[in-house]
Amino acid sequence: MITALHIENLSVGRGHRVLFRGLDVAVRAGEAVALTGPNGAGKTSLLRCVAGFIRPLAGVVRCEGSGEPHLVGHQDGLKSGRTAREELIFWVRWHGGQSAGALATAERLGIGRALDLQVRQLSAGQRRRVALARLLAAPRDLWLLDEPLAPLDAEGRDLIGREMAAHLGCGGLILAAVHDPLPVAARMVEVSAP
Amino acid sequence: MSPLSALFRRELALAWGRGGGPMLAVGFFATATTLLPLAVGPSAARLAAVATGVTWVALALASLLSLERLFERDFEDGALDLLSLGPLPMEATAAVKCLAQWLANGAPLALAAPVAAVSLGAPAAAVPMIALAAGLGGLAFAFVGGAGAALALASRRGGVLIAVIVLPLLAPPVIFGGAAVGGGPAAGAGLALLAAYALAAVALAPFAMAAACRNALS
Repeated sequence: MITALHIENLSVGRGHRVLFRGLDVAVRAGEAVALTGPNGAGKTSLLRCVAGFIRPLAGVVRCEGSGEPHLVGHQDGLKSGRTAREELIFWVRWHGGQSAGALATAERLGIGRALDLQVRQLSAGQRRRVALARLLAAPRDLWLLDEPLAPLDAEGRDLIGREMAAHLGCGGLILAAVHDPLPVAARMVEVSAP
Repeated sequence: MSPLSALFRRELALAWGRGGGPMLAVGFFATATTLLPLAVGPSAARLAAVATGVTWVALALASLLSLERLFERDFEDGALDLLSLGPLPMEATAAVKCLAQWLANGAPLALAAPVAAVSLGAPAAAVPMIALAAGLGGLAFAFVGGAGAALALASRRGGVLIAVIVLPLLAPPVIFGGAAVGGGPAAGAGLALLAAYALAAVALAPFAMAAACRNALS
């Protein structure tokens, strides 16, 4: 159970370039934080640093409580030659959920009929819905989302907005890089070059 | 079903279908061993003398074929991110991938190897030894090859790079396996050393693969 995420005095660089310096963000249970900033400001790198992939130049990322986060990045992590059902069920089980829950979630997100198609036959929005279904069917406290709504239509954004609100209501945490506002109340944090 | 068995089933399905899967490796192996009589002539005595050695080299080359996709595809489509945030340490995930690679490629090749060797003139009595050595060698090829595939992640022309990284590391199992399948007094020692090399690869390669994957993801 992760009850809070503290990003303290964080500096992250890629190659020889420092993306941002001295960033402080705190996310508490039930709170969503939207990371904004121009392209290349380091929003994705910040999320990958929180996920543990990138070692920061300085500062720390600290979680109160323990557990792995959910990550939805630019790529959805789905194999083009497998069916949406196989991929969804695998990822839900991998993250500790049950396949029955995975299928129910797929129905809720409006991709029930698309499950028998191969991933390569899905639209970008449908693939993203499959990726987001994983978050709902295998509960984890901290969601790290990298422009999660970009490929979704208005109805999909509403759906995900309701699911995000429910997640926050259960004490979840959301840290999302966005260009458009999140469909839930969120504190904005600007990521910008030093 | 536990995450481990879910991962194993997925990796096996992917390895079976990866770039043609086992049919591609076995087809390459059959073609390569068929080229030998065309090159050295049909003299049965000459063919029989090199049958097991050539079989063994073709086996090592055939096992390289599908390595390029072992980690690269997961890296490209973002699945490697999610695999590393899962319940298993990256070392275990990498080991499961290599085990699936061995079952989908090494095992069919181990069945094809005696056929090729005997049709080139190796004695029929050598069949069990060839299959056993090819199976053990395939385990070493899969794990050492997996380390090469992980190291080549995110590089262009990864397939060629993997071959250049991996082939020198395949020299010991080719030497030991060649001794094992060649018959003679050194066969037992060759098989024992081949088994030792395979076990060392299974024990050590996952750490190299996990480190290389973390490096590629950072």
